[in-house]
Amino acid sequence: MRSQSTNHLINYILHLADDSLILGHRNSEWCGHGPVLEQDIAITNISLDLIGQGRNFYQYAAKLTNESTPDPSFAATEDTLAYLRDIRQFKNCLLVEQPNGDWAQTILRQFLFSAYQFYLYQQLQNSNDETLAAIAEKSLKEVTYHLRWSSEWVIRLGDGTSESHQRMLNAIDELWVYTGELLIAASYELPAISTQQGVDLTILKPKWEEKVKDIFVEATLPWPGERFQQIGGKEGKHSEHLGYILAELQYMQRAYPGCEW
Amino acid sequence: MITREIDKKTIYSYLEQVQDPEVPALNVIDMGIVRDVLLHDDGCLEIIITPTYSGCPAMDVISMNIRILLSTIGFKKIEITQVLSPPWTTDWMSEEGKRKLRNYGIAPPNPKQQVCSDKLFAPNEAVQCPHCDSWHTHRVSEFGSTPCKSLYVCDDCREPFDYFKCH
Repeated sequence: MRSQSTNHLINYILHLADDSLILGHRNSEWCGHGPVLEQDIAITNISLDLIGQGRNFYQYAAKLTNESTPDPSFAATEDTLAYLRDIRQFKNCLLVEQPNGDWAQTILRQFLFSAYQFYLYQQLQNSNDETLAAIAEKSLKEVTYHLRWSSEWVIRLGDGTSESHQRMLNAIDELWVYTGELLIAASYELPAISTQQGVDLTILKPKWEEKVKDIFVEATLPWPGERFQQIGGKEGKHSEHLGYILAELQYMQRAYPGCEW
Repeated sequence: MITREIDKKTIYSYLEQVQDPEVPALNVIDMGIVRDVLLHDDGCLEIIITPTYSGCPAMDVISMNIRILLSTIGFKKIEITQVLSPPWTTDWMSEEGKRKLRNYGIAPPNPKQQVCSDKLFAPNEAVQCPHCDSWHTHRVSEFGSTPCKSLYVCDDCREPFDYFKCH
């Protein structure tokens, strides 16, 4: 029988994994469609990093799952976790599942998320769970690149032409409603925080806000401030978009269970 | 009965035969991917490796190739363990590896890391063209054909080239 605390930890790891996988998948939709070749390569490189980070988290979640419920007939793997869970079991935040929209919207989504992930991994390096600390330490080097690249693009577009500025304003209107959730602890985060395995989001919030404010000022974009925030993704209540993502992502394993190549 | 004493050095020399599938000019020792080799009392040979990037698609192939090589040599029990900490850095690439990279047409990572910060619009790292040795080059994109490279172009010989970026 699995203990309550192991359950929370597995869910905590899955939420980190799902964020990375779903944003990685979203970004990968740009493959072959980027505005210029170099940026097409950049966004798909970021996808690869995110999916790699997701894999590390899924592998760890699978290991803990198998250790706590030894069931020889069904062993969890990174693949069963990514391909065989249903929409309500996914714990990614609403921000990462939002459609790509135009380049401005993709850039803003990446920036808002990378800024969060940067400080998250910085803190997670100090987790008293060794595996989580190691994944964070490894991933942080990659996220530093993501944050720099997306920050520069937010500035380039915000402080660019009137057209690019307007598109960034539209992107803010579209996405700001999903940012609050990043910094509000879900039910499984609180116990992970209390055992010092997870990251205390109250430490993260001012850091994230300061970073986003700095970049918005540089980009001549207004600070959106307090607005209504839509939450739920981290608890499994998703927008309709995730269903479409999973339909594409999971199709092969659903149609041909266990298929390999 | 003949017993064979195998030391770490011998294993490392075997592993030099395993190429990086993404950068075939380099082997896994040059890359600094092999972190340790352990010979356990029960005869198990454990190879500890670390990925360059989290999403590096070469890791599965590398693990498989190490396994195939060592079983061909005659090892029966082989375990390949992946570790993430401390995270891989270009500092671990051997001098020999850097020389091979340059000959292959890829600029090797600079010894002193210059751009691994979150500073924006940082000046381009000075990178020497692997074709004509000019330092008169500029960066086209910090993301390249694989996660570990960025794209540069030489302003003298006009050739584009990959730079194995600092990490």
